[in-house]
Amino acid sequence: MLSSQIKSNEIEFGSCNKDLLEEILCYGIRLGADFVEIFIENTDNASVLAEEDFITSVSPSFGKGAGIRIFKEKRDGFVSTNDLTKHGLMRSVSQAIEMLDITDKNNRELFDGLNKHKDYSLSKKTWIDEIPSIHEISEKLLASTKSLKKNNKIITRKGSYSRNLQEVIIASSDGTYASDIRLHQTVGLNVIASDAQYRSNGSRRFGSSGMPNEFRIWDHEKAANDVFESSMNMLYADYVDAGQMPVVLANKFGGVIFHEACGHLLETTQIERGTTPFENKLNEKIAHESVTAIDEGISEGSFGSSSVDDEGMEPEKSVLIQDGILKKFISDRAGELRTGHKRTGSGRRQNYSFAAASRMRNTYIAKGEYSKEDLLNSISDGLYCKSMGGGSVGATGQFNFAVEEGYLIKNGKLTNPVKGATLIGEAKEVMPKISMCGNDLELAPGFCGSISGSVNVTVGQPHIKVDSITVGGR
Amino acid sequence: MNSRDITIQISKAADYLNVKKWDYGASFSNDFSVQVDKGNAKQLKASQKQVLTIRVWNESNLVGITTTSDISESGIKKALNQANIASDFGNENESTEFSPLAKEPIKVKEVKKRNPVGIKKLLTLLREAEIKLLESHECIKSVPYNGLSESFFERVYANSDGAFRSFTKSQAVLYLYARAEEEDKKPRSSGSVRIGYGVDDIDIEACIKEASNKTISHLNYSPIKTDKYLICFSPESFLTIINAFSSMFNARSILDGVSLSNKNSIGEKLSTEALNIYDDGLHEKNISSSPFDGEGTPTKRLCLINKGKIESFIHSESTARIFKTSPTGHAGLGSKVSVSPDWIVVEKSKGNHDLQTSLNHSNFDGEFVYIEELNAIHAGVRASQGSFSLPFDGWLYKNGTKISIESATVAGDIKYLLKNIVNIESNQEVTTSGISPHIWVDELSITGDA
Repeated sequence: MLSSQIKSNEIEFGSCNKDLLEEILCYGIRLGADFVEIFIENTDNASVLAEEDFITSVSPSFGKGAGIRIFKEKRDGFVSTNDLTKHGLMRSVSQAIEMLDITDKNNRELFDGLNKHKDYSLSKKTWIDEIPSIHEISEKLLASTKSLKKNNKIITRKGSYSRNLQEVIIASSDGTYASDIRLHQTVGLNVIASDAQYRSNGSRRFGSSGMPNEFRIWDHEKAANDVFESSMNMLYADYVDAGQMPVVLANKFGGVIFHEACGHLLETTQIERGTTPFENKLNEKIAHESVTAIDEGISEGSFGSSSVDDEGMEPEKSVLIQDGILKKFISDRAGELRTGHKRTGSGRRQNYSFAAASRMRNTYIAKGEYSKEDLLNSISDGLYCKSMGGGSVGATGQFNFAVEEGYLIKNGKLTNPVKGATLIGEAKEVMPKISMCGNDLELAPGFCGSISGSVNVTVGQPHIKVDSITVGGR
Repeated sequence: MNSRDITIQISKAADYLNVKKWDYGASFSNDFSVQVDKGNAKQLKASQKQVLTIRVWNESNLVGITTTSDISESGIKKALNQANIASDFGNENESTEFSPLAKEPIKVKEVKKRNPVGIKKLLTLLREAEIKLLESHECIKSVPYNGLSESFFERVYANSDGAFRSFTKSQAVLYLYARAEEEDKKPRSSGSVRIGYGVDDIDIEACIKEASNKTISHLNYSPIKTDKYLICFSPESFLTIINAFSSMFNARSILDGVSLSNKNSIGEKLSTEALNIYDDGLHEKNISSSPFDGEGTPTKRLCLINKGKIESFIHSESTARIFKTSPTGHAGLGSKVSVSPDWIVVEKSKGNHDLQTSLNHSNFDGEFVYIEELNAIHAGVRASQGSFSLPFDGWLYKNGTKISIESATVAGDIKYLLKNIVNIESNQEVTTSGISPHIWVDELSITGDA
């Protein structure tokens, strides 16, 4: 349909909104903005919770909204609204202009109109009909929680599913005009095991993007076995003794440490704040030569992948660290403007109410040449971290991570399970100590909370050895 | 559409769908915030948000729910219809009803209402605050995390039985997190937060002073030896721990099997007789107070621990019915109604107690670790197991001097911690999450780098 045939006064998903978007962008530029961006979103979400042998919660939600961002020199003003009418969007532009105290109107035409519409959603419009129904989801979750019931030490069993279907329109005064549909599905299994005074937890999360059938083919039996075994292994575990020791971090979710401790410090938002020790280290060695690290948004089906970022740029594969040398930062539009680092297709946000920021996507340490046994055999006394819990990084770069499932290493062999361990350190001190990388790279989905809200990401790594790190315990 | 119109629209749509029983919660907000970077405006933000959550009961009395930001006539119809469909999957195992207290009169608290000061004033105030903080000490090189915001919002609860409650309020928040650097030393960081009903209620100077003092006080740092120490928890850090383990008092968590308590735990001795803990959402110092919860139940003061023993649990409508008691005003509207505390108040109970009253954070000259602030709660707390291992900011007091601790974690078990309280200081301090005195605990494990 030709855009000139549409004279709508409200954004309509599935229709051409070019004229209306151009009018709004033009309005912002004429009022004096250097740059105007509109991000419009329509969501259709659902979550289901199974506890023991019952569905205890089904929560659908839907909504729509717009985020409008105006740049003037290096400052930006951001306004979000649920009002998608022309009047509402114009009012938001005016509000952003006023916030930035822009009074000098542009007299010349600085906006050439939108480019040809890049519609990444064309092959995705059927997803809404392909995703599993609530009934299907409920059946599978109940089968999952049933599979977790393997002995009477398991006192609670939970299975949770959530689906986020997001339709977006992105338009900006540099001509960017794109539409996309994103689908993220995630399922988590959790148990608590108990015996007398002993208690343990087991949990795993699985997730995908852009794969409507993924949940149907998810092997819930295998997942349940994994969660059950983890809880049983940890049930009678002793608390770990604190101290400095060599550590082997398992593949998959072990990559959360790189994500939190180093990845965030390579986002341009950290350069803007002056809170990364790597700001002036481009092309310098910041890690052991065995470390190559990548951030990309293109792996098919991975939780952090997308066809286009939230600023209308196709994501790229960024080699952040090559053989220990810092090669690139993760950058968005504001990052490029304020730090000079080129955009990497990493402008991301939780939803329309957040301005996009430079955020990681699928971030992992590349595989090395060693087997897991090689790494273990190199340690006489240490800790094997099979499953990591959450973690955080402080304002000065110190990180800490809970070890959900850990084992002592004695003379190259895994021995007693231990609980209560926390890994503590600083990225710039720990990165040079990653001396061995395994050949078994695997990825795991997760959620990352930061300046632009909670976004879907993938973390990953092969098994890696850290020569020495502080382990918190009792 | 205002809240009365929404109620009418829902009522009409319910009639159309033959839905006899429904309730809803809605919130409407306008938020304005600014951030600065070395005197320059960085990001200025405004948002207008509306969220509506509708529950419906079907003929089998099963509940379905939907949440939406589309509060148009068509959006409301769609939401009600979706909730009706979702009710087919309602929980047959645990019924939900209207709160029996949803129409109880509420004691209206006199809430100060403020008008927006506007983005320009927010920006001017924050710029000035940043400059003053930077000028307060030569080692403070930046204020990487800062913000000043004001919010204006309305919350509504209504149901098909005629209950209708709403309240409006305003709130402003200032946070300043400074970073100090000295040559050949690691950067150190700390900060301060202030909350008020409006920007004019915030003591900006006090926030600057606290952020500066806290940051500078960490410049002289040293690693700590891994060992067991006598600990003094600041009011803020003790409240953090209590909130992290509030599942001990949470009836929902007990029913879900993720609490350290059980149905019969009322009366269980957890701590010294000197310890009282209340949940007091309506406390006059609680800027974020709400007069009713997600189910319309009035908020009230509730004693959780009385003289060291568990006195009561916090409840929603359904947990209260299962426990054969009344809802306590702690419910969050959802498909599965959540229960959470409002504002914790910790105090020393009346009477003579076996406490080591010589332990006072301002003049005790023996060795102890002062925990100013606990971090990474989401990562380091295992509430269902009772264990914690948390990084913290604090100092080692030794031989009359105090040295900031470079990087360390404190680990333990909440029941052990509560049982090993050796002193509760007399003076309470108001924080953003509640009120507490300084609390002393013996023999907790600290892991450091020394």
